[in-house]
Amino acid sequence: MQFAFTEEQQELFSYVQEFCDEKLKPFAAETDKAHEYPWDKVKQVAEMDLFGIPVPEEYGGAGLGFLEWAVIGELMSAACTTTGAVYGAHMLAEYPILFFGTHEQKEKYLTRLATGESIGGFGLTEPMAGSDAGSVRTTAIKDGDDYVLNGTKIFITNGGDAEIYVVIANAQPERGMRGITAFILEKGMPGFEFGKNEEKMAYKSLSNRELIFNDCRVPAENVLHKPGRGFQVAMETLRVGRIGMAIGAVGLAQAAFDAAIEYAQVREQFGEKIANFQLIQMHLANMATEIEAGRLLTYRAAWLKDQGLAFEKEAAMAKLKTSEVAAMVTSTAVQVHGGYGYCSEYPVERYMREAKLFEIVEGTSEIQRLVIANQLLKDAPRPQ
Amino acid sequence: MKIIVSIKQVPDTTEVKINPETGTLIRDGVPSIINPFDENAIEAALQLVEQHGGEVIVISMGPPQAEQALREALAMGADRAILISDRCFAGADTLATSYVLSQAVRRIGDFDLIFCGKQAFDGDTGQVGPGLAEHLGIPQITYAIGIEELTDKHIQIKRLLSDGFESVRAPLPCLITAVKQLNEPRMPGLKARMKAKKSEVEAWNCDCLGASQDRCGLDGSPTSVWKVFSPTRHVEGEMIEGETTAQKINTLIDKLREAKVL
Ligand SMILES: Cc1cc2nc3c(=O)[nH]c(=O)nc-3n(C[C@H](O)[C@H](O)[C@H](O)COP(=O)(O)OP(=O)(O)OC[C@H]3O[C@@H](n4cnc5c(N)ncnc54)[C@H](O)[C@@H]3O)c2cc1C
Repeated sequence: MQFAFTEEQQELFSYVQEFCDEKLKPFAAETDKAHEYPWDKVKQVAEMDLFGIPVPEEYGGAGLGFLEWAVIGELMSAACTTTGAVYGAHMLAEYPILFFGTHEQKEKYLTRLATGESIGGFGLTEPMAGSDAGSVRTTAIKDGDDYVLNGTKIFITNGGDAEIYVVIANAQPERGMRGITAFILEKGMPGFEFGKNEEKMAYKSLSNRELIFNDCRVPAENVLHKPGRGFQVAMETLRVGRIGMAIGAVGLAQAAFDAAIEYAQVREQFGEKIANFQLIQMHLANMATEIEAGRLLTYRAAWLKDQGLAFEKEAAMAKLKTSEVAAMVTSTAVQVHGGYGYCSEYPVERYMREAKLFEIVEGTSEIQRLVIANQLLKDAPRPQ
Repeated sequence: MKIIVSIKQVPDTTEVKINPETGTLIRDGVPSIINPFDENAIEAALQLVEQHGGEVIVISMGPPQAEQALREALAMGADRAILISDRCFAGADTLATSYVLSQAVRRIGDFDLIFCGKQAFDGDTGQVGPGLAEHLGIPQITYAIGIEELTDKHIQIKRLLSDGFESVRAPLPCLITAVKQLNEPRMPGLKARMKAKKSEVEAWNCDCLGASQDRCGLDGSPTSVWKVFSPTRHVEGEMIEGETTAQKINTLIDKLREAKVL
């Protein structure tokens, strides 16, 4: 068992920390408020080569592991959660091409995603298919050498701003889930349009648009993996994506904790720093303990992935735990700030709004519990 | 265009602590960085080569650890890095340092420009750049805040003075020292950093420079540091507290009025 980072990893993280401190953190509050996609941040993340961390060098990546990618995601999310969300959604287009793409697909699409030349998006959710992802109604009917897509996706992060999309549709609706197929789409394909942008509780500059397919012709060479294997593609993508969500929640919770412990040492009431009150100390101790637990679950899930071991249950546990930790910690951080915490001059009210998302996307907390329980019951010894 | 940039590795002063008993810097465990003004020098050289073609060669005289600063320069985009290191260079003052650097420049051969930072963050003398130009017998333009013109014959620089600006033109080859406002140094990406880790940093010692030992290091240094001390603070500073910036500014204005400054 080894809990320390190597010298090389530490060096890497210190570069990223410096980048986050200088280029992301000072602008996080305005990024939250602006109703404009944060292109300048995206460009800087690309210049730092952070979009391709787990992608091999031959496809324009850094050739590092998922653990390195996770820690970098944590730093980014702590500095600017919106940039972290752009990054996380972009990666949802990157992993399925990395895991299932052919060499040609990787050369054509993965390289652009890994270098940040193009932003990516992942289209699974539909108005009538959320947690029940297997019930997607977007159809992709084979016609000659093409598939013709019809249907609507909703809530798609980076939608409209991204250029490359992995879209889940059903090529043989009569076969149910076994008809589900994954496609790589490019913005600008005829019949591929974008609908309304959602107005949200936080992440105002993040785009979450509908993807609308109106007889959209996609060449068969853009099928990812095999026809009928789209559900597997989506689930494998979300398995890794959950580690990304988990680490984003850890970063956010850490930022809220840092704000709370700083404030507690400055604010005075009853003639004392509030940090001297044991009830405040209890808050600080609880927050830090929960964050550390969530962080270790997440690092371990990433490590399992890097070792090529099963990580599905651990990733779901990490996502479940850390998103609930982020909700608790950000709310407690507001509590420690009192009335000031409720006002937008301090960052903690934003953190609290941002935290809620983690309990919903890429599988709600309820769904994570189902995933964990399924796995537990599958692995449990059968009573005689 | 062949441009040489001379850089120094310094302790990160934002993290330096002073030993209250001896008054000297505690350097143990303090991370080292490229002297910030030297980053501006590197950036200026890289931009000129991007516009005019050519190569950027970065040199540094220092202990073996200074290799790290040179790798950082390679990551930023320099083409070649040379570490000038020898036991006999230890204890050099600005005269001996600029002499050794001039020997290295002679060994590199033909060049068009040399860039340095205006001064080092730790020593703060601002003498090594000008000294290097003198040893080489070339013109120097210090405190560059803008590059107004560059041809293959001359360079025109906007200088930052304490009371304004000055435009100066000099024939090439010429030495320029950079101020902070000259440019915004780039932050190298991960891939460039990983590549720089594997790149070669050439190592030159006293022998290969053909430098005379009595002009190097402690032996070649007519000045020596007598004592380092922190100046005693006569007036205690006062922190203005307040919840908002506006409140703090109002308190400040009140205090300045009280003191009859306003
Ligand atoms: C800001 C944002 C960004 C998003 N980005 C993307 C994206 O990029 N790509 C994408 O494809 N999707 C995206 N989504 C969609 C997101 O993944 C879904 O909202 C999420 O999966 C939940 O689906 P739903 O909203 O339809 O909720 P529903 O599935 O309708 O859930 C409603 C409630 O019922 C519960 N529930 C449902 N089924 C069960 C069950 N079997 N047992 C117990 N409880 C259950 C849920 O936990 C929840 O509490 C995004 C959403 C948001 C808000």
